[in-house]
Amino acid sequence: MAIAGSGGAGVMTAGTLLLDAAARAGLYGLMVRTSGPQIRGGEAAALLRLGPQPVVTLDDGFDLLLAIDWQNLHRFADEIPLSQGSLLVGDVDAGEAPAALLRSGARLHALALKKAAKAAGGAWVNMIALGLAGTLAGVPAAALEAALRASWKRGEESLAPNLAALLQGVEMANGLPGERPPPLLPRADAPAGRWMLSGNEAAGCGALRGGVRFVAAYPITPATELLEWMAPALARVGGTLLQAEDELASVNMIIGASYGGVPSLTATAGPGLALMTEGIGLAVTAEVPIVVVDVMRGGPSTGIPAKSEQSDLSFAVDGLHGDAPRLVLAPNSIADCLTATEWAVQLAEALQAPAIVLSDQFMGQSRAVIDRPPAAAEAAHRLTAPARSAPDAPAYQRYLDTPSGVSPMAVPGTPGNVYTADGLEHTERGIPSSQASDHRKQLDKRLRKLEQHDYGPRWADVEGDADLAIITFGSTTGAVREAVARAAVQGVALRLLSLRLLAPLRTDALDQALQGVRQVLVVEQNHGGQLLRYLRSRFDLPGRASGLHRPGPLPLRPGELCTAFVDWAAAHAPQEITA
Amino acid sequence: MNDMVLPAPLRAADYKSDYKPIWCPGCGDYTVLSSLTKALAIIQRPPHEVAVVSGIGCSSRIPAYTTCYGFHGVHGRSLAAATGLKVARPDLTVVVTGGDGDGYSIGGNHFMHACRRNVDMTYIVMDNHVYGMTKGQASPTTEPDWDNKLSPGGTGIRAFNPLVIALAAGANFVARGFSGDPNGTAAIIAQAIRHPGFSFVEILSPCVTFRPEQKHWKEVVRPAPVAATDDPALAARRLMTDDGFNLGVLHAGSRNPYPTRMGQTATRVADLESEFEL
Repeated sequence: MAIAGSGGAGVMTAGTLLLDAAARAGLYGLMVRTSGPQIRGGEAAALLRLGPQPVVTLDDGFDLLLAIDWQNLHRFADEIPLSQGSLLVGDVDAGEAPAALLRSGARLHALALKKAAKAAGGAWVNMIALGLAGTLAGVPAAALEAALRASWKRGEESLAPNLAALLQGVEMANGLPGERPPPLLPRADAPAGRWMLSGNEAAGCGALRGGVRFVAAYPITPATELLEWMAPALARVGGTLLQAEDELASVNMIIGASYGGVPSLTATAGPGLALMTEGIGLAVTAEVPIVVVDVMRGGPSTGIPAKSEQSDLSFAVDGLHGDAPRLVLAPNSIADCLTATEWAVQLAEALQAPAIVLSDQFMGQSRAVIDRPPAAAEAAHRLTAPARSAPDAPAYQRYLDTPSGVSPMAVPGTPGNVYTADGLEHTERGIPSSQASDHRKQLDKRLRKLEQHDYGPRWADVEGDADLAIITFGSTTGAVREAVARAAVQGVALRLLSLRLLAPLRTDALDQALQGVRQVLVVEQNHGGQLLRYLRSRFDLPGRASGLHRPGPLPLRPGELCTAFVDWAAAHAPQEITA
Repeated sequence: MNDMVLPAPLRAADYKSDYKPIWCPGCGDYTVLSSLTKALAIIQRPPHEVAVVSGIGCSSRIPAYTTCYGFHGVHGRSLAAATGLKVARPDLTVVVTGGDGDGYSIGGNHFMHACRRNVDMTYIVMDNHVYGMTKGQASPTTEPDWDNKLSPGGTGIRAFNPLVIALAAGANFVARGFSGDPNGTAAIIAQAIRHPGFSFVEILSPCVTFRPEQKHWKEVVRPAPVAATDDPALAARRLMTDDGFNLGVLHAGSRNPYPTRMGQTATRVADLESEFEL
């Protein structure tokens, strides 16, 4: 369901409360935010999907669009697909519903939303919406009320009319003609302990778990909430966040802090990542661990700032000058924003290299009810050089060409190991050098440490053993996973690979995971098929690999993917060999 | 019985590494390097507790010529790297070094914001009014009519006044030195390091290769006729009318440095996570 209206109408608050109420009723849910370009007052919508199981993707269509007003809501016609079975609820005094929405055939009900809010003693109209939408979704009124009470920060006297409005909304929903959906019931075997958080909060939390204690960043949509969550959190765990003057500064600040021995992170979106590339190259060459979270949005250039797209992949895996091995990870759900970011910190620290985490607006700004993530793993570990005091000790070699490629890193303040970290090519001691042999040795070292590391099984989620495989990454995984399940119901078996470690690409593991696969389809949310091109450039995919990709901001939906998968499987059905 | 042996005081030579600089013979930066090592000997902090951070350019090569921890990053971003280092590691003494192109052109934005942020560190700019490493182009402090291959006849753009900009942006300590006066410059650098907050020391350091006419600087520099003031507006007024050759500490202010709170509280991350629990 969608709750929509002009900014300021409180649709995001209503959506958040509805998600919280569903959680209180033992359910799971996902709330995606979408809004127009205006700073305040533009069209906005909270898109919700609730159910007894964890929800990681929106559905194909919407059962309900509840509009507090119709201002510019025609712009959501593509993002909020309605059908003849859908309900379209609006305010009786808000004028005509947009034709673009009515064309869907959805049943329109004009209700006195604003009047009812006023009659309830000056309540907010979004509380009427909360009662209405919650009841139509099958969430018990008691849970809606509990969510509202828990969130209330003002006085009791202003709570009363809003509670009345909420119950008025419940009554309005019950008075609507037509069949009610059965109430949503929590599953009996639901595990104890669930969390509610956004992907941006999850990534921030994962960073803290990994040991990040310094953050420098420049505000940018849709990454800002990650930073706003981290600022007070860092202060509480003994770290700090610094607002930089630009992204050139933020990346160099975290490199400086990490050179000082403190695990460090910045978060940004595409335009900021573009500005950071020179700094990321410095982190490669000087071997300074850093983590850069890129909450992807529509690009290139300023693009579509508040809406999602998976189009920074090529830039993340290849967008540095010189031969510059780096880590690129992609969380594939809101829960994974936590664990993948935590892992990114561990890898960056262990391998003394920059790690880019490709989240996106869809995960970053959405809230979900998730099962409690596994307890924190051990904080990241960096190999450091111990203090030395023997006067005849051999000179410290910061960039020693070790078998693993990782060399002990001296932390400033440690006696006996002074060195200069350098973006210039250097010798093992760190002395600038333009000699071919030094360049080759250090290039080999920096590549080897990433290639030889044992990443374990987390490089990808591999599901099923069919001989047709879908490969995807990031937030698209949710829709792909649901589409694969639906295809299975139709008798079409598919193997699913969701790549979490995009660089360095684990070609041996990929080879293993694709054993017995005849054909591959690569699914992603961008215009150019960036993952398909990347995989082709690094790996011989089986059969005639093809791609299924669409740019943002429209999410890939499970229904359309399922149809495409079934058609693709039929086209690649095993041919009977006849004599 | 145990004899108490006091460690010998650190000498300037203890801060100087044995790497041979890449600079041209006669370059002003040689004496700036010795002023820096003399200043560190005045401060007496062990070399491994000092970090020298730089960007790109002739003068930015200084970190490796010291026995301190060094950071030689990318062009123009030394102040950013140093800010991150000092905020994350407030226990270290952080000195930033570079040239006029690195600091005022490509790094101009960071210069302004470092002045306003007032992190406790010292920024030394060796100003020779030219890009030396790329062999002779105009920098922000180059005279508008200085003829060069990239800007034949000169840029036609008025020179930037770094000290006034620094004051306007909030630098807490502003001084000018001259490479031909190594002891005076060493005293200024030591005072800058000791002064809380962001200290800016501009050092006139001639480029004998691309600006040989700067050899006459030694004839025109003079001690500033007035003592340092803690009033930035007064210092700026004086600087707006000086000819760029008055040496000494021109402003020593009392703004509070950027606060660092690293490591001061230690809630467990697991406790923070309770906010997500349903």
